[in-house]
Amino acid sequence: MTMEKFTTHTGIGVPLRQSNVDTDQIIPAVYLKRITRTGFEDALFSAWRKKDDFILNQEPFNRGSVLVAGSDFGTGSSREHAVWALKDYGFRVVLSSRFADIFRGNSGKQGLLAAQVAQDDIELIWKELENHPGTEITVDLNSKTVVCGTLTAPFEIDDYTRWRLLEGLDDIGLTLQHEEEITSYEATRPSWKPKTLPARS
Amino acid sequence: MAGTTAGKTLAEKVWNAHVVRKGDGEGAAQQPDLLYIDLHLVHEVTSPQAFEGLRLAGRPLRRPDLTIATEDHNTPTLDIDKPIADPTSRTQIETLRTNCKEFGVRLHSLGDAEQGIVHVVGPQLGLTQPGLTVVCGDSHTSTHGAFGALAFGIGTSEVEHVMATQTLSLKPFKTMAINVEGTLRPGVTSKDIILAVIAKIGTGGGQGYVLEYRGSAIRDLSMEARMTICNMSIEAGARAGMVAPDETTFEYLKGRPHAPEGADWDAAVEYWQTLRTEDDAEFDAEVFLDADTLEPFVTWGTNPGQGVSLSGAVPSPEDFADENAKASAARALTYMDLKAGTPMKDIRVDTVFLGSCTNSRIEDLRIAADIIRGRSKDPNIRMMVVPGSARVRLEAEAEGLDQVFKDFGAEWRFAGCSMCLGMNPDQLAPGERCASTSNRNFEGRQGKGGRTHLVSPVVAAATAVRGTLSSPSDLDPVDEGQARRLSETSAA
Repeated sequence: MTMEKFTTHTGIGVPLRQSNVDTDQIIPAVYLKRITRTGFEDALFSAWRKKDDFILNQEPFNRGSVLVAGSDFGTGSSREHAVWALKDYGFRVVLSSRFADIFRGNSGKQGLLAAQVAQDDIELIWKELENHPGTEITVDLNSKTVVCGTLTAPFEIDDYTRWRLLEGLDDIGLTLQHEEEITSYEATRPSWKPKTLPARS
Repeated sequence: MAGTTAGKTLAEKVWNAHVVRKGDGEGAAQQPDLLYIDLHLVHEVTSPQAFEGLRLAGRPLRRPDLTIATEDHNTPTLDIDKPIADPTSRTQIETLRTNCKEFGVRLHSLGDAEQGIVHVVGPQLGLTQPGLTVVCGDSHTSTHGAFGALAFGIGTSEVEHVMATQTLSLKPFKTMAINVEGTLRPGVTSKDIILAVIAKIGTGGGQGYVLEYRGSAIRDLSMEARMTICNMSIEAGARAGMVAPDETTFEYLKGRPHAPEGADWDAAVEYWQTLRTEDDAEFDAEVFLDADTLEPFVTWGTNPGQGVSLSGAVPSPEDFADENAKASAARALTYMDLKAGTPMKDIRVDTVFLGSCTNSRIEDLRIAADIIRGRSKDPNIRMMVVPGSARVRLEAEAEGLDQVFKDFGAEWRFAGCSMCLGMNPDQLAPGERCASTSNRNFEGRQGKGGRTHLVSPVVAAATAVRGTLSSPSDLDPVDEGQARRLSETSAA
């Protein structure tokens, strides 16, 4: 499916001072029983949101759209629902010093920007957001920079994902441009490679 | 991956054999390679939106003959002949059935002898083979790397991409060697190896890498034990884990329903034997672990990297140098309701869960049964045994293992993911503490407020006897035969 284009985004930053935020925390398994791709906003961080002191239960952070998290964000399960839930809630960007591979890949497919920012800069952004709640962060994908208050920090993202986000490209459509090459490759596969059909047991 | 002048690693060989189209450019501007996928495993949770995407775009599923589905995450482990009670679970299962029918995908449904956890079913049917690329919308797809396949979990958008094109656009992974030399002591298993590896490199240590498990201790492992190790590669942040195929692999595969036969078998083995890292190949990183000194390993915290030897104690946040690790430890101790300095063996648990794609294969059940045979369960412990597949359950029943578990007082259930993630009714209550042979001790993973200690099947069984986290060496021997069986299973 075609993805929404991403160039720049400005929105309230939300400091989530925690490392190893796994996808079970982002969206518990009980919400994975749905068969839709949208409507997961209630599921986001659902266990933590039951506590009053959780950051998303506080004004103005409940209106945030740029999540600033600790390292190793999105570890664990491959559930793309984690990205859907973040997007459905209203997040367009997650900043972290390290993302789990599958989460980062899923984000890129869905137009959620997973921007890798050095931990020192994350700490500075956290302080700024905590000292001045409601501070907006501007994320510019063209220049690969994050601006928060007086701080301007670079972020990393691989060039291919950046290009796809900027263009809002349909991955499957891109691949199917090479369908002849896929067919040629298939002709070279050894005959003994396993097939699931016809079923044997 | 490492430079082109040196020999290739196992991972590079498998990768290179599947490149449909090399990505243009170099360095940061390098575009991904288009990689062919040999086997796509499907289950009910991460597939409905992908099937729907195909339908909306009017695209066919390209290779139903390289795709197989099973019901596992939502399935109940009791009363499987009755309609699924939870309406949302039932809808998800029914959606899978409708989708598989519409797109011509082979499906093993609840009640079928081949139904079970997707990562148990693939190997047991002989579909998982050396040198394949295997994907599934499930992070524990890394399990299949035990056969020397390049196997990794993907998100739902990628599931749809594979359905439509039988390929994925991917940048090559880096390679990391995990060298484990020596001989495991009795009661120490491959689960302890991988928990120790994760504690050593951290939950992000493998990020961007394919791990290759090597060394004499790995060579000595059975296929089941290798699957346990590769399964948890993702908990170290790695996309995939691999073990080079050898005689153990071929022996396991031969005669399985989808293994090659006759001349095909010979051709396959000839190729499979080339699937090893060349002596002059370079890894991007290397880690070393001594099998001789390894002890049973258990977790104390809320991520799989927060583990210690069973003979150790709960650490203090002050033991960690890094500020974030300190904060993470403090938070974990609060959630787990543990005090720093408490000996791990003093921790009393409420429930023992033997199951999951990590440790629910026939060998895991045999090991646990051997420990509890002739012993009594701690009266306060609830023990649940969930075979990984209906086939494993049948096999265990043929060997009389079900009776051993039942005599012990454990619950003998039907196959599925069960309490590993609690999508079905098998969940922990708030505050309930569990010794679990699964793979994730995340907050609430096994049920809201539940507390998980990751353990091997050996530790799980011994814990069910004593009531506190234990190894078989803490138990009074039953008889000499018992001790002999323990030492025989120790290398597993």
